[in-house]
Amino acid sequence: MQSPAGTEAGTEAGTDGRTGNRTTDRHTNGNEDSAHVATTQTPPTASGSAHRAAGSARAGTGTRFTRVLGVLTIAALAVLALFALVLSPPDVVQGESVRILYAHVGTVWVAYLAFIVTAVSSGAYLWKRTSSLTWDRIAGASAEIGVLFMAITLFTGSLWGRITWGTFWVWDARVTTTAFLFVTYVGYLAVRGLGGTHEQRARRSAVVALLAVLEIPLVHFSVRLWRSVHQDASVAGSTDVKLDDEMLFTLLLGTVAFTMMYVWYVLHRQRVLAMEDALDDKGLDLALAERRNEGLEARDMTEGTTR
Amino acid sequence: MDPAAHPDGGVAVVELADAVAVLGRFPALAGVDLTVGRGEIVLLRGPNGAGKTTLLRLCAGLLPLARGTGTVVGCDLRTQREAVRARVGLLGHANGLYGDLTVRENVEFWGATVGATTHEIDASLERMGLAARLADVGVSRLSAGQKRRTALACLVARRAQLWLLDEPHAGLDAAGRDELDLTLRAAVAAGATVMVASHELERAGSLATRIVDVVAGQVQEPSA
Amino acid sequence: MNDPSPVTGTSGHVATGVWRTARLIAGKDLRIERRSRVIVNQVLPFAALVMVLFAFALDNDDVLLRTAPGLVWLGTIFSLLILVQRSFAVESADGALDALRVAGVNPAGIFLGKSLALAVQLVVLEMLLVALAMVLYQAQLDAMGAVLLVTTIAPATTGLAFVGTLYGGLAAGARGRETLLPLLLFPVVAPVLIGATRATEAAFGAGSAAIDEGWPWVGVLLVFSALFGVGGTLAFGPLIEE
Repeated sequence: MQSPAGTEAGTEAGTDGRTGNRTTDRHTNGNEDSAHVATTQTPPTASGSAHRAAGSARAGTGTRFTRVLGVLTIAALAVLALFALVLSPPDVVQGESVRILYAHVGTVWVAYLAFIVTAVSSGAYLWKRTSSLTWDRIAGASAEIGVLFMAITLFTGSLWGRITWGTFWVWDARVTTTAFLFVTYVGYLAVRGLGGTHEQRARRSAVVALLAVLEIPLVHFSVRLWRSVHQDASVAGSTDVKLDDEMLFTLLLGTVAFTMMYVWYVLHRQRVLAMEDALDDKGLDLALAERRNEGLEARDMTEGTTR
Repeated sequence: MDPAAHPDGGVAVVELADAVAVLGRFPALAGVDLTVGRGEIVLLRGPNGAGKTTLLRLCAGLLPLARGTGTVVGCDLRTQREAVRARVGLLGHANGLYGDLTVRENVEFWGATVGATTHEIDASLERMGLAARLADVGVSRLSAGQKRRTALACLVARRAQLWLLDEPHAGLDAAGRDELDLTLRAAVAAGATVMVASHELERAGSLATRIVDVVAGQVQEPSA
Repeated sequence: MNDPSPVTGTSGHVATGVWRTARLIAGKDLRIERRSRVIVNQVLPFAALVMVLFAFALDNDDVLLRTAPGLVWLGTIFSLLILVQRSFAVESADGALDALRVAGVNPAGIFLGKSLALAVQLVVLEMLLVALAMVLYQAQLDAMGAVLLVTTIAPATTGLAFVGTLYGGLAAGARGRETLLPLLLFPVVAPVLIGATRATEAAFGAGSAAIDEGWPWVGVLLVFSALFGVGGTLAFGPLIEE
């Protein structure tokens, strides 16, 4: 059985029992604090490791740290919404459509951050000295939210491109690589779903993640070399805009807010994964007990004696 | 750690203690305690779903040990699975043969994985009665019994110390089964150890030196 | 027959040597193909058919001529999928991949051997497609172009063979896994598609590309090949392990 995940995530273990909040955020319009949605299952009481993995005495994946982080994230997102939609000025050239960038830039950054975290965690899992299933779960959680942010990036980018340049898509290196990263992630998640023991899943997906690290720079480089041949005459080809201070601030705030959201999500999610794994292990204990009983019954039946 | 090069009669070829192996979520083996000495022919008896195949695959080093400890041909099942595999031969429901190649080519291929000489290849074919007519026949054209013999020839060519056979008598006629038993006894005489999972209860007396019951993922010595 | 135990290396694998194992397995795969002729009878005709279908779809001689290099490599990549599936079907038909693992054969050797056999099959395929491009699409090749083309085909083929074998091993065997192969493989082969196509464009002189422009792409293909050759050798074992 793997060591509990909660305390290894670098957080203080709180003893408060409130369940963690799960927010799915698709807009920068601030966060409705959704009703406390339980994102966890109650672990069987006999399994101490599941409790430890949750980091609290009662069911849930929340700890003091994540609660504080969660509140700060909501606050940051609210401030972001304020600045993005109201306080910052429209761009001289692009008008209001520049506001999409406040979402886009932040999500691009987080998407690539998630990719790096998945890759590093996969390496940490495979490295003998630091091998632990926690790394595998972090890699998986990071990939899950990474896919989401990738999708948002591509969507907002496409939207912005349409408004600004008149095209939904442009074949430059950054955009194409991002799209490839998205597909690669989807494949990675599919590999995670192949089944088998936890160690098999971890090893297989770790290898696939590291191969992706090989592949993505190659894709980026190839596409860049490819497109450098074509003069992209009709399209601006760059997301650089003339930034005044408020816009710059809003962009940075967006990046920070989304990063906080990412960290918050990964912490919770990898704890949930730890609990699911613990549940599997517990399930194995139960299944073992059941099977042994089967054997005892069969033996009793054939021999007519009690052991 | 190199396992004993010439294991004497007292060395255990298989030692499992509370071994648990899972298939997906299901504990196919729920705590197996088993010791098999060199030169034994152990018959694994039990209903379908009892875990006989899983036990054989575990001993072949194909499956990881989920819990418990195990040593096969002197190598630890947790840390030295590759070494286990190199010394063990598994004949499962499938034969592990390449249908498009001839008998000789198959035996040569598998023998070559351990660096067997032509002499050894020929000897293996001889031993299985394959040298004469069948050596250059494509495997896909053989009967079930002949394919079995080819697969066994591959085991011989690989110098497997432990032979793990899963229902080897299935699909063979009476003569084929007798032949198989002769082959197994000859292999043991030459230094191998054999574990056979089988429904062939009549074989118990004539072939096996020991019978073991596999029930619900665990192993019991029959009281009778 | 009191045989000594097989000599094993420090990794525990039978010490037949990675290269020797690779040659053994490549030889086995190619011999099987020579006997069964599945590639020759099924895959090559499929590839030829794909080239014809491209012509139906694009319906314009100028367009076909200009896109000929791309179509050649697209055809190659579609066929790669089938070749990889075949390569591993040969093993799973009778539980041979399991048998290879049981035999304690060094997985690096399996990887290199199967890649080698796959590469040989790919080269034959690519030459067929290039010939068809010249016949069906009127593509033209002069001496310098031919040199460039040959030096393109080498690293492109090994690159495709390496990634095909690698992901093919992952996708082989268990139910519900085979459909993973395209999803995993196609993103990875994109650099090869880009590089090989650009180099072939230069070789054919299509789309006003000069011969010189092709050489940097050959470099890209070499890097790709090298990276996945090494990466695959290391990764294949863990990927097929149970």
